[in-house]
Amino acid sequence: MTPRPNSTPEPVGASDPTPPISNECIPEPTLDVESGLRNTLDDKGSRVAHPNSASTTHTLRNRLRLRTVAVCTVFFVLLAALFTVTLLLGEAGLTAREVFEAFTGQAAPVVQFVVLELRLPRAAAAALVGVCLGVAGAVFQSVLRNPLASPDIIGVTSGAAAAGIVGVLIFRLSGLSLMAVVVLGGILAAAVVGLLAWRHGMQGFRLVLIGIGVAAVCTAITSYMMTKVELRDATVAYTWLTGSLASVQVGAVTVAAIGAAACLALLALSTRKLRALELGDDTATGLGFHVEQDRVIVLALAVVLTALAVGVAGPISFVALMAPHIARRLVGGTSLSLAASAAVGGALVSGADLLAQYAIPGQAFPVGVVTGALGAPYLAWLLSRSSSSRPGGNA
Amino acid sequence: MALLIAVALVCAVAASLAIGAAQIPLRTVWEALTSYDATNPEHIAVVEKRIPRTVVGVVVGAALGLAGTVAQGVTRNPLADLGILGINQGAALGVVSGIILVGATAPAQYMWFGVVGAGAATILVWFLASRGREGATPVKLALAGAAIAASFSSVVSGILISDDQALDSMRFWQVGSLAGRGYDVLFPALPLFVVGGVLALAVGRSLNLLALGDDTAHGLGLNTGRARVLSGVVIAVLGGAATAVAGPIAFLGLVVPHAVRAFAGPDYRWILAFSAPVAAVVILVSDVLARVVARPGELQVGIVLAVIGAPVFIAIIRRGKAATL
Repeated sequence: MTPRPNSTPEPVGASDPTPPISNECIPEPTLDVESGLRNTLDDKGSRVAHPNSASTTHTLRNRLRLRTVAVCTVFFVLLAALFTVTLLLGEAGLTAREVFEAFTGQAAPVVQFVVLELRLPRAAAAALVGVCLGVAGAVFQSVLRNPLASPDIIGVTSGAAAAGIVGVLIFRLSGLSLMAVVVLGGILAAAVVGLLAWRHGMQGFRLVLIGIGVAAVCTAITSYMMTKVELRDATVAYTWLTGSLASVQVGAVTVAAIGAAACLALLALSTRKLRALELGDDTATGLGFHVEQDRVIVLALAVVLTALAVGVAGPISFVALMAPHIARRLVGGTSLSLAASAAVGGALVSGADLLAQYAIPGQAFPVGVVTGALGAPYLAWLLSRSSSSRPGGNA
Repeated sequence: MALLIAVALVCAVAASLAIGAAQIPLRTVWEALTSYDATNPEHIAVVEKRIPRTVVGVVVGAALGLAGTVAQGVTRNPLADLGILGINQGAALGVVSGIILVGATAPAQYMWFGVVGAGAATILVWFLASRGREGATPVKLALAGAAIAASFSSVVSGILISDDQALDSMRFWQVGSLAGRGYDVLFPALPLFVVGGVLALAVGRSLNLLALGDDTAHGLGLNTGRARVLSGVVIAVLGGAATAVAGPIAFLGLVVPHAVRAFAGPDYRWILAFSAPVAAVVILVSDVLARVVARPGELQVGIVLAVIGAPVFIAIIRRGKAATL
């Protein structure tokens, strides 16, 4: 890997406290060395911009902030709507009134059970997992400054999956103990990757590449386990490996929600660090941030969020990759909004789970099949957008 | 050096024939080859099981070694590998869709799906990675490969999740193994291996020129576009065929060119020539290890190679050798 010429800082986001005005009028968006895809993502933000004038910058910033708020509102409303739909739909064929009564405690015990023990955990898990993955993906993409970086890459997901498979198939774990093993497995894999990648500091590219190496070993363990068991067990394990919300339990969702809330709060407190890291190491150091330390803290929080999500529902692919992309595209500008990513992620998983359950009558898929099916064409679409950029290069 | 590799190859073949669930003395192996006795179970094991397995190992190993070398050369990327670049998963998706959608059962049928899948993955990864100003850097290639692999494998899971029988056969295929692969799988693919191998050796000169950079290569009279396409064809044909035969095997194509480069120097014609036999040695030794370490059962060679290959991969990155070639 060639040392990166850290010459041009990223264009600064609208919500940044001190955006350098000059960045708003650069004709072509400034690109970080590693972030090839950014130009398609960025151009909207800089094209609306006008030549240097403080008032233009100001209006632009306000407009972007308004857009962020609008996008967040729309997606949180959508998430709430999908949540309600998940509660209302189901084989039991309950009326809206019955569902409502279940919450007030006036419904029959059977209805209570269906709504509170079966549907509510599933709806809550979908929202929770989506929010966690959306935020974790946003953190990874902005800190590693590459639009293809996601927590799946650096071994969290595959480590958690390997731990989960060993837990399910060998130790016959289930419920909270299984979730604990999965979460710890994910965190352990990420820690191994982090330690191996640490060498005079944590370089993003080394983290990504070593993550891919460690993920390969974890995947090998998973595949090996799959060959060692009965077909019936393998089918169950495979469903879990695809990411499924079908068998979530109240306890697991509650524990995960508490953990996730703590991580999200800490991340919200670190927003300024995150913004600084987006600017690149040199600029962030210049602004007085402890780059290495901040990066480790922020990434660790994202890792825990991902591990919790995998613990609840298994590895659901592509949400962490897609949600921040969609959020960024809708919000415009250059900086990632964690809130928007969270809202998009939550809506994405909730919607995907509804599709997975009801799109094909009589055939329920795990939610991961739907997110994967959405993710693959999304990547292809991203590819097709690349026609404007120069292919090949000299590499 | 060539002599040394030849000796190593002979030893690896001998070990692959002799070592396994049952140890068979080399003399018995020799007898099985020279004076075959159909009533001797050891002779049957050697001729019916171990010879096909060893032959498949040599062919698949050589193909993966060549494909890996070409991939590293054409991307000028020391981390290029069929597994890392997601090309294996492309072939896997091709094979699965061949089996499920068209009902292909014979390897001769789904082989082609594997090649098409590998080709599609090669093209997609290259385009996804080479976007942006600085072209296809190792990190971007690796990320693009991981993303493509993830999308392909989720399509594979979507197919497998609803079909228990397919899952049952695919879970054994998906680890990458030489066990139970006989001539019936190998022979239909043999033309592909031969064509791919010849082409691979032929692109050596182009790779040398590409290593100088596009402008220089162009100035020296190389049609860089055609060289890239040809290399892509080699990667897709060899990678797709090898994956269709043995399942996705990662890291072999990564480790071997690095080892060869250490003694053969930077000339791709030599690297290619040595990669094939060295890769065959590595895969045979890994396969022997796979049979020995988990007795009485056995591991799959894909697992052994992942466990051996990943540390090498990580060491290359840590030593800072990930600079473009």
